[in-house]
Amino acid sequence: MTTGKTLYDKHIDSHTVCQLDDDGHVLLYIDRQVLNEYTSPQAFSGLREKQRKVWRPSTSLAVVDHVNPTAPNRIALINDPGGARQVSYFGENCHDFGIELFDVLDKRQGIEHVVAPEQGFILPGMVIAAGDSHTTTYGALGAFGFGIGTSEIEHLLATQTLVYKRLNTMRVTVEGTLARGMSSKDIIMALIRRIGASGATGYAIEFAGPGIGALSVEARMTICNMAVEAGARGAFMAPDDKVYDYLKGRERAPSGELREQALARWQDLKSDEDAVFDMDLVLDSSDLAPMVTWGTSPDQAASISDTVPGPESYDTPSQRRDVERALYYMGLTPGTPLTDIRISHAFIGSCTNARIEDLRAAADMVGDRKVAEHVRAIIVPGSTAVRDQAEAEGLADIFIRAGFEWRQSGCSMCLAMNDDVLEPGDRCASSTNRNFEGRQGAGARTHLMSPVMVAAAAIKGHLTDIREMTEEA
Amino acid sequence: MEPFISVTGTAAPMLAANIDTDVIMPKQFLKGIDRQGLDRGLFHGLRFQEDGTPDPSFILNQPAWQGSRFLVVGPNFGCGSSREHAVWGLQQLGIRALIGTTFAGIFYDNCQRNGVLTIKLDPERHQQLADVISNPERNQITVDLEQQIIALENADAVPFQVDTLKRDALMRGLDAIGTTLERQAQIMAFEQRHLAQNPWLK
Repeated sequence: MTTGKTLYDKHIDSHTVCQLDDDGHVLLYIDRQVLNEYTSPQAFSGLREKQRKVWRPSTSLAVVDHVNPTAPNRIALINDPGGARQVSYFGENCHDFGIELFDVLDKRQGIEHVVAPEQGFILPGMVIAAGDSHTTTYGALGAFGFGIGTSEIEHLLATQTLVYKRLNTMRVTVEGTLARGMSSKDIIMALIRRIGASGATGYAIEFAGPGIGALSVEARMTICNMAVEAGARGAFMAPDDKVYDYLKGRERAPSGELREQALARWQDLKSDEDAVFDMDLVLDSSDLAPMVTWGTSPDQAASISDTVPGPESYDTPSQRRDVERALYYMGLTPGTPLTDIRISHAFIGSCTNARIEDLRAAADMVGDRKVAEHVRAIIVPGSTAVRDQAEAEGLADIFIRAGFEWRQSGCSMCLAMNDDVLEPGDRCASSTNRNFEGRQGAGARTHLMSPVMVAAAAIKGHLTDIREMTEEA
Repeated sequence: MEPFISVTGTAAPMLAANIDTDVIMPKQFLKGIDRQGLDRGLFHGLRFQEDGTPDPSFILNQPAWQGSRFLVVGPNFGCGSSREHAVWGLQQLGIRALIGTTFAGIFYDNCQRNGVLTIKLDPERHQQLADVISNPERNQITVDLEQQIIALENADAVPFQVDTLKRDALMRGLDAIGTTLERQAQIMAFEQRHLAQNPWLK
């Protein structure tokens, strides 16, 4: 008896050039790759050394995003010599190998995972790989995206393929409807807390169910983006009319007759009804409360109405040691209400949560309120196009009036590779994806949450339950 | 790539869960356009004190574990960022193999591409091994990829398994791109068919 195929199987089967062994390795054809300035240089150097060509340059899109400053007045000059050298070598490589580049001053510049969908570069049914772990974002468009390292980038540029081993599959069915003020960030953070930071290691996750169907395409991107924080090597969602509407009219998406052809073919992009997943989970989104992290791993999270947990609430000695270390680094005492945690910084940005809908939701929370006096609050739009749109819609004015810094686009303080770095002991409410030790700066402390929750924390000066803010307003 | 057949040396325990690539190779070491100098960056925040001197409490700075060639690591080692710099740093410090229960996916592939062997053991065997090598008197091991065993002093050898494809590539130190390009004609034929079926992908 044959069983049906999962959406993952369909992606892999349709992109398999050949089987390589009986252990599940295949040579996988990749439709598109996105390149950035910091994980690509050694790949290009490798090609140069071996005098190899790029297989099909038009399948690559290059964007400067990790090292560029985000100061409000944008100039091409980068003061940091390392970053400057990466950007200039990137330009040289793109030029020499015939790859299109969105440089710092380009109006289409931004964070790669915001820019690529925005451009219509990512389409349903595609398989995409990029030198950045958050390439999983593209699952929201019915594509299959995954992160790779620099050696793999070189392999991909030279051959348009990767030696790939099939993953296990997990389905997460999201039931219920989010309460007001909750967002897709709370769904994915709740899932990560439940299954752990390695709960999906070795898996590709398909997100399904009415709770996903109800979300916008941008909100879905947040979920697929952070699936990697549960260890998933890829995330995917069946495309629907919302995806097709999202793609309509975008620069690189098909139009006219070609779009009709594509739409007909995309109808098959869903898991068959009798498909079997290696793991099946259900998550009810209707009883979710806003989520925040208290530790140094994305699964060290809790509802905002909870208190900081103690090591004794964990089962094994090694878990207790990990929690002790996390609490020490975070400077937190067990039993403290999460809403008592005072912050010094608030950051809205990153490929997880800096799209236009995120900024609209945050601006809505801000309204006429002001940022607390002791907080430095920063907004870094996901792309230059998002920034322009937010200015046109009047969102930028709301933020600036409230006391937020309104900056240019880039990865910025999500990983602090540019000059947006926190100092030791700083504590930041952040709409990003990783609360690792030192991620936003050596000794800096990160609390992950949704952009609306960040906005609320910026105003109150401490972690805040937005449900109380809305009642107050 | 340096072939891996059988290597003998010191194994150090680093058993915390979720040691991420930001910790393995902090951001200030990611600004190069080559692979140089990453041995200094490896575990920088853990290895060095604020004044730049080695932190004596860090395992790889302790006399019994200096010059370790193997790390016995906790679950989900290498999670987070895709930065291959983490693996280049391990390699430059002389680490030849990592022995854990689970590894993060991208990191795992990056190791393979650089000839750093990753061995997955079931939790029970892993714990036994960790207990042995945590004793400074017994931290010398031999990792034999050909026979797929870890030989210990005064204890039974620990068997492990690596996919044949991976094992071959590691033992022969193969250039993966060269191997794939032997299939150039096959890739071109696939591509032609794929683009004809999906013309919007051109």
